[in-house]
Amino acid sequence: MLPRPTTHSKALGPGVAGPELAVATSAVLDRPPQPTAQRPLSGAQAFSVDPSLVESADGPRQHTQYPYVTGTSVLAVKYAGGVMLACDTLGAYGSTKRYKSLERIIRVNARTAVAAGGEISDFQYITRLLEELATDDYRTDDGIELGPREVFSYLTRVMYNRRGKMDPLWNSLVVGGVEADGTVFLGTVGMIGTHYTDSHVATGFGAHLARPMFRERQSDDMSEADAEALLRDALRVCYYRDKQSINKFQVAKATGEGVAIGKPFALETKWDYKAFAAPTKWAIGAW
Amino acid sequence: MGSNGGGFSFDLCKRNALLERKGMAPPSAWKTGTTIAGVVFKDGVVLGADTRSTSGSTVADKNCEKIHYIAPNIYCCGAGTAADTMNVTAMISSALDLHRYATGRESRIVTAMTMLKSHLFKYQGHVSAALVLGGVDLNGPHLFTIFPHGSTDCLPYATMGSGSLNAMSVFEAGFKEDMSREEAMALVAAAIRSGVYNDLGSGSNVDLCVITKDGVDYLRNHELLMGKTYQREFPVKYPKGTAPVIKERVIPLTALEITEGEAMDTS
Repeated sequence: MLPRPTTHSKALGPGVAGPELAVATSAVLDRPPQPTAQRPLSGAQAFSVDPSLVESADGPRQHTQYPYVTGTSVLAVKYAGGVMLACDTLGAYGSTKRYKSLERIIRVNARTAVAAGGEISDFQYITRLLEELATDDYRTDDGIELGPREVFSYLTRVMYNRRGKMDPLWNSLVVGGVEADGTVFLGTVGMIGTHYTDSHVATGFGAHLARPMFRERQSDDMSEADAEALLRDALRVCYYRDKQSINKFQVAKATGEGVAIGKPFALETKWDYKAFAAPTKWAIGAW
Repeated sequence: MGSNGGGFSFDLCKRNALLERKGMAPPSAWKTGTTIAGVVFKDGVVLGADTRSTSGSTVADKNCEKIHYIAPNIYCCGAGTAADTMNVTAMISSALDLHRYATGRESRIVTAMTMLKSHLFKYQGHVSAALVLGGVDLNGPHLFTIFPHGSTDCLPYATMGSGSLNAMSVFEAGFKEDMSREEAMALVAAAIRSGVYNDLGSGSNVDLCVITKDGVDYLRNHELLMGKTYQREFPVKYPKGTAPVIKERVIPLTALEITEGEAMDTS
């Protein structure tokens, strides 16, 4: 195998003709296409299994079965002039709170922010893909920057293609930003490629706890202060009722001026209701 | 050998296993797939429930009652298998009746709680009843949750059922200690509405039950949520005389010839 340049189209895996494939197809040669045993007609790279892997002690290469280091819910709402994304900063290793300062929101370019829950290593891979995408976009030097909807479509295809190979990237992604013409965009992509756009999204536990609050209180023209207050209330509820969370959160705003990821902060919580203090006060001896 | 002998009674398990081996599919339970909630306020307790009962994906009962009577001052919301919640609450209600005759006193909520949890623990979770028990007795207002395996919690606000997370988010955001009656009713109604609108297993209407030391207000169908959202527009009705009459032909029925046919066979 000749060494090939790394491009983000590699996300689609081997054996698939990506957009930047430079193969001697009939389109560039002056003879009709000749299929061989090793190379199919489409011009794509032939599929082959590396023999060293098949004979390895673990057996053939396994696909992702379950996540290891995970992030929990991501919440996001549209408001007047932009999108706000919020999540906590915990990377849990099963039931252990292992990494307490994980940034689960990234800035893709001046227009788009992406946040993820689920397997952190897969999200770091997605971060690398998005960096390459943004760099390629910069290289084209055409004065146009990729918008959030395009990043959203790209991520949908990546996730669905991996799902097709039964080797998913174990993430729930949220993509938010402002297009060049000022429209606000917010969408979510699941680990099997399910994707939709809405005025407010929440992944994981947030879907049960935060979305009802968003349905009551969110509107597309709410002020930034209202949106921040709503997200803080929703984060507090998620912290109370999701065991895999900590009291350390981050909020990112994507507006026409750019993407700003805020510093981590903690929320006030109340644990001292009178009724929590002495549950068996009126039933001495009850269990 | 009956349940009076104490301990666990699994008389029918062998017979059920035999039937399943022979190929008989056990009947699927009617679940309540529910949102139930309760809140303690200054003078008492407000219990709330939705009114949808499901059998698989079908809505079996659009307007069932999930707030069950236990005693004049104690009511209990039930989630889980409908048969289990109805029968367990009825059993404990009868037992408390006898207990009141024996003691001559108003029932206490902890008594109902202890009877329910002992019964549920005896059946090791097979009696699938998740309950929110609330009431007011001489010691004040109390609210308990009882899980199918027999554990209990004493709480200022509680939710159970498939819509419990949706309702709990409303409580966590809006609960305050020592609320007034109106605030508590509004909060519980909002929690049940959150379950109805965000959970498929909950629906139809909101029932409320307000218990204070002065009495009980059982507000059946306090809010009707599944109202008509679309009104069909009927086509325009043209007044008589709009269409011009070109030709008219009247056939008096006396001019018709009626031929008799065979009599109808009504055997």
